[in-house]
Amino acid sequence: MLEMNGISKIYRTDLIETHALRNFSLKVGDGEFVAVTGPSGSGKTTFMNVAGLLEVFDTGTYRLDGADVSRLSDEQRSRLRNEKIGFIFQSFNLIPDLDIYDNVDVPLRYRRLPAKDRDQRIKSALEVVGLSSRMHHMPSQLSGGQQQRAAIARALAGDPRFLLADEPTGNVDSLMARQVMDLLEQINEMGTTIIMVTHDPELARRAHRNVHIVDGQISDFRPYEPRAEIEAAAVAAGPTPMVMSQA
Amino acid sequence: MFGYYLKLATRNLRRNLGLTALMIGAVALGIAVCVMTLTMYRAMSGNPIWWKNDVLYAVTMDFWDPQQPYWDDKPELPPEQLTYRDALAVFASDIPERKVIMHKATGILSLDGKQVKPERVTTRVTTKDFFAMFDVPFQYGGAWTDAADTGPEPVMVISRRMNDTLFRGENSVGRRIRWNDNEFRVVGVRDHWLPLPTFYDVNNGSLEEPEDVYIPFGWNAALEIYSAGNTNGWKPEDITSYQGFLDSENIWIQMWVELPDLAAHDRFRNFLDNYATEQKKAGRYQRPLNNRLTRPDQWLVDNDVVGNDDRVLVGLAFAFLAVCLLNTVGLLLAKFLNGASITGVRRALGASRRQVFAQHLVEVGVTSGLGALLGLALGGLMLVGLRALYTVDPADAGGTQALAHVDLTSVATALVLALIATMAAGLYPAWRIGRIPPATYLKAQ
Repeated sequence: MLEMNGISKIYRTDLIETHALRNFSLKVGDGEFVAVTGPSGSGKTTFMNVAGLLEVFDTGTYRLDGADVSRLSDEQRSRLRNEKIGFIFQSFNLIPDLDIYDNVDVPLRYRRLPAKDRDQRIKSALEVVGLSSRMHHMPSQLSGGQQQRAAIARALAGDPRFLLADEPTGNVDSLMARQVMDLLEQINEMGTTIIMVTHDPELARRAHRNVHIVDGQISDFRPYEPRAEIEAAAVAAGPTPMVMSQA
Repeated sequence: MFGYYLKLATRNLRRNLGLTALMIGAVALGIAVCVMTLTMYRAMSGNPIWWKNDVLYAVTMDFWDPQQPYWDDKPELPPEQLTYRDALAVFASDIPERKVIMHKATGILSLDGKQVKPERVTTRVTTKDFFAMFDVPFQYGGAWTDAADTGPEPVMVISRRMNDTLFRGENSVGRRIRWNDNEFRVVGVRDHWLPLPTFYDVNNGSLEEPEDVYIPFGWNAALEIYSAGNTNGWKPEDITSYQGFLDSENIWIQMWVELPDLAAHDRFRNFLDNYATEQKKAGRYQRPLNNRLTRPDQWLVDNDVVGNDDRVLVGLAFAFLAVCLLNTVGLLLAKFLNGASITGVRRALGASRRQVFAQHLVEVGVTSGLGALLGLALGGLMLVGLRALYTVDPADAGGTQALAHVDLTSVATALVLALIATMAAGLYPAWRIGRIPPATYLKAQ
């Protein structure tokens, strides 16, 4: 699904050079749920930006869904982002003056899908995250958890091959965080590959695998654990609702 | 996608109404000043009788000071007016299909019975062909006859405004009016007529109103009428009587002829040359032979109706537009960069640079379109105000008529230029916003 080999990314100013990623290599298979952890400034966000084709890198190769995406044009990268990648941000990044329906519509517009098809996808995605009844609310009228679910719906509507989630529970309370994680797990079970940056070890443990980054390099792999063990750990942590509420 | 971009543009414009108003206002102000200046420039530089440009000629002859030309900056041109005696002599020719000798004067107009207050009015002392030659429209009646010119007969044509003032707009043909205490009979009422510039007499400003009263040229000698326009002479003369003034070398008469074809033109030109040669023999006309028949368009150029000041003014108007557009560029840039985080989200969700550029360009287009429309309306208001400043006669030259006089081409030209300029001005902000890496915006979130 995703294969990075020897990726380096250096941010340069007149005075200093910052090595955000150093000879970074990672392979993520189809259907995996990978948690990326690490201290602040370790390179997690840079990794996410490079993986999401939001930033170019200096050296190395990057294969996405079997194709080399190392040296694509802006137009090609934009198309790939639109068709294969879904983004979930810590601060939701909903467009404040569009209602939830129109927010979910944004990536579909750039894909130039027919109106009927878009409408079907938007409603379906909102139903998955339990926000069908709020589709004409403005983001400011929703709670943090609802906004994040709307953002997940927006990421899902395009039917991406993999989701990049940057601290998806960072701005919601613990109950909502668990709901969001449950939702991500459901999405993953439907076959979507997920890479999630998190500071929360508990959330990281619910992923199949944990990649720990320090100073732009992978310092530790947590081996793959079967889903049963993860669920057992989750049960030990307390009950979580599996169906999204409308609240 | 255009519809989607249009929807986003209107939404974005509504989001920050203050900034939007500033941008549209800046564009509108620049366009309004440009439209107003261009329109005035066109009005002054246009040929108001273009359809007769090939048959009308201003008559000029060079009898000026043998030591120096009349015009310092255009020594090849003769004076723009004739002496009284030369005008009468040339007027005697029967070659032109129509011919006019004339000058501007002023007189006191009054009615017997004192129903109205006596009023000083501008008057054109002219020959009867003036009306047919310059296609002057009539509301009532018409021009006087040849006999009235030579008589002279006490007849007059008044303007519609004057007719409204004196006779409340009724048909006044046959009514009596006193001009400088001499009784005249109205034979015609001139309808609205506003040739801009007033090409037939460029001595006193080219945006002058047409006169309110017209009387036969023959009354000059009888009533000892002096010119209310420029009177120039090149040599000291001892003038002690009005007849002495008529016989002097002072120039104060304008002459125009209508020559239907080239043959008539050549014959009349020969006639002028022969006359000048005769005058040379008589000791006048000591300068080289230089008689001219000048068409209206060239006449306006020769007489600097469109002066350098006017061209500078047009240049300044466009400079002002440029300043307004630069301000708009700054505001657009600030507005677009202010929304950079949203653009970053769109980029992350799949919008390419090209799509971001197109989206912002549509917003620029909507802004400039609204600015252009507002600018056009504002320009119209400015023109109305300007016309009101120039206008003595609100009925003859109110703002509406002044605007109607302005051909739509000049407004359209200014508008298209402004739209193109604004769009060009918006290219940079639209391009710039598309160039910033999306990850930067997202970090800014």
